Amino acid sequence: MSFPGVGLAKGLAVTLRTMTKKSVTAQYPDAQPVLPPRSRGVIALLEENCTVCMLCARECPDWCIYIDSHKETLPAAEPNARARTRNVLDRFAIDFSLCMYCGICIEVCPFDALFWSPEFEYAETDILELTHERDKLREWMWTVPAPPALDPAAEEPKEIATARKAADKLAAAAAAAAAAEPQEKTVSHEEGGDA
Amino acid sequence: MNLLDTVLRCVATLVVFLVLPLVIGQTEHKVMAHMQGRLGPMYAGGFHGWAQLVADGVKFAQKEDIVPAGADRRVFQLAPAVSLLPYLFVLLAIPVGPDGFVGQAIDAGLFFVLAVMGVAVIGKLMAGWASANKFSLLGGLRTAAQLMSYELPMVLAAASVAMAAGTLSLPGILDAWQWYWLPWQIIGGFVFFTAGLAELQRPPFDMPIADSEIIFGAYTEYTGLRFAFFLLSEYAGILVVSALTAVLFLGGWHGPMADQLGWLWMLLKTFALAFVVIWLRVTYPRLREDQLMRFAWVALVPLALGQLALTGIIKVAIA
Repeated sequence: MSFPGVGLAKGLAVTLRTMTKKSVTAQYPDAQPVLPPRSRGVIALLEENCTVCMLCARECPDWCIYIDSHKETLPAAEPNARARTRNVLDRFAIDFSLCMYCGICIEVCPFDALFWSPEFEYAETDILELTHERDKLREWMWTVPAPPALDPAAEEPKEIATARKAADKLAAAAAAAAAAEPQEKTVSHEEGGDA
Repeated sequence: MNLLDTVLRCVATLVVFLVLPLVIGQTEHKVMAHMQGRLGPMYAGGFHGWAQLVADGVKFAQKEDIVPAGADRRVFQLAPAVSLLPYLFVLLAIPVGPDGFVGQAIDAGLFFVLAVMGVAVIGKLMAGWASANKFSLLGGLRTAAQLMSYELPMVLAAASVAMAAGTLSLPGILDAWQWYWLPWQIIGGFVFFTAGLAELQRPPFDMPIADSEIIFGAYTEYTGLRFAFFLLSEYAGILVVSALTAVLFLGGWHGPMADQLGWLWMLLKTFALAFVVIWLRVTYPRLREDQLMRFAWVALVPLALGQLALTGIIKVAIA
């Protein structure tokens, strides 16, 4: 059983109900948005990790990464050894007016030098100013959130496992040394106490 | 003394005319926003954008006053005033409280009010004709057609109240008002309010200014202060139609402690109706032109005639 005008009344009820609900609008410049850690805001560069392998610049679909570098010769460590060469980064710039935020550069970087940062407030009034150089990209590194924690039962990451094994070995060696010469250790302790 | 009294009443009416439409406009901003899950203006004036319309007015005043080359200059420039001023005169005749709390008590007040409100629509027609723009002309003609269709049920509904009260004077109608008029005249109230909405070209009856097909109807060529006057006339129109509906069908100042708080009851009823106007705007889509005309002639006119007959029968029965 439906009366004529029921639909009209329902419409009125919907708008009235919406009015009494709290609006979800976030007043952006006054209230910063809470962005998920994996937001694609801007690409940050950890230039200490960069080896100028050029993979990012080559894989970039619109070629918006500019890299300049030169080779430096390191003097040989030993008399008979060859002199080593090393790449030195001169310029690393990303043109964010071309960048399409695909993240391929970050995916391909083999040395973990590029990261996503949720920082998004870098609009400029001139399009040319959207090409950001290495110092700016390095600064954005501080806004990169920590990687998400591992699952509780996850396997230990390889780097940490290696580091821990090395540390354990050192600790064991130290303990063995201490057990072998207990006398000397006490002496040294006393000396330390006197000082 | 008499002159002072007159001047005071006129000034008070002017102040009401300048303030209440802005209050209604601000209410519309906020109510519409919240009904659509938004916040609406939040910055102007600091607290929840209370000064938004003041800021809008300042902006409009700064704009260049443009008259199109092909326009009928004099008529084009006069149209906003013709559209706005009638509502001021109507406001003068609306009783706010008991015992002569009214700008000017007119014997044929109801007649005066309805006649003058019709003039306001002429302003829109003038704007549409004088703009030398096809969209304006279409809008103006739609306005004219709408006025023709909706004036009739509006007058018939108002006539029903006049018949019940036995007078055309608005204060007189309120003096004669009894609580049982509320259910008795409810159909007339519905017809009057709806036709009033249509006459103001408020959504869902805003076909004459349907922006998706004829840009902004009669107002297409207007800018700056003249455009602001048209907008103000719309809000003044809401005020007048709400106040008139309150007076004719909701008992105006009648309510508990009417002797002291009559004006408050009147204000409350007016604002409640203005809220309904906004509510309807947010809720319903625009009626198509043929639906608009059909609704007036097939629904409202018969309803108004039925109300008139009912009023007549009951009037004779209780007399």
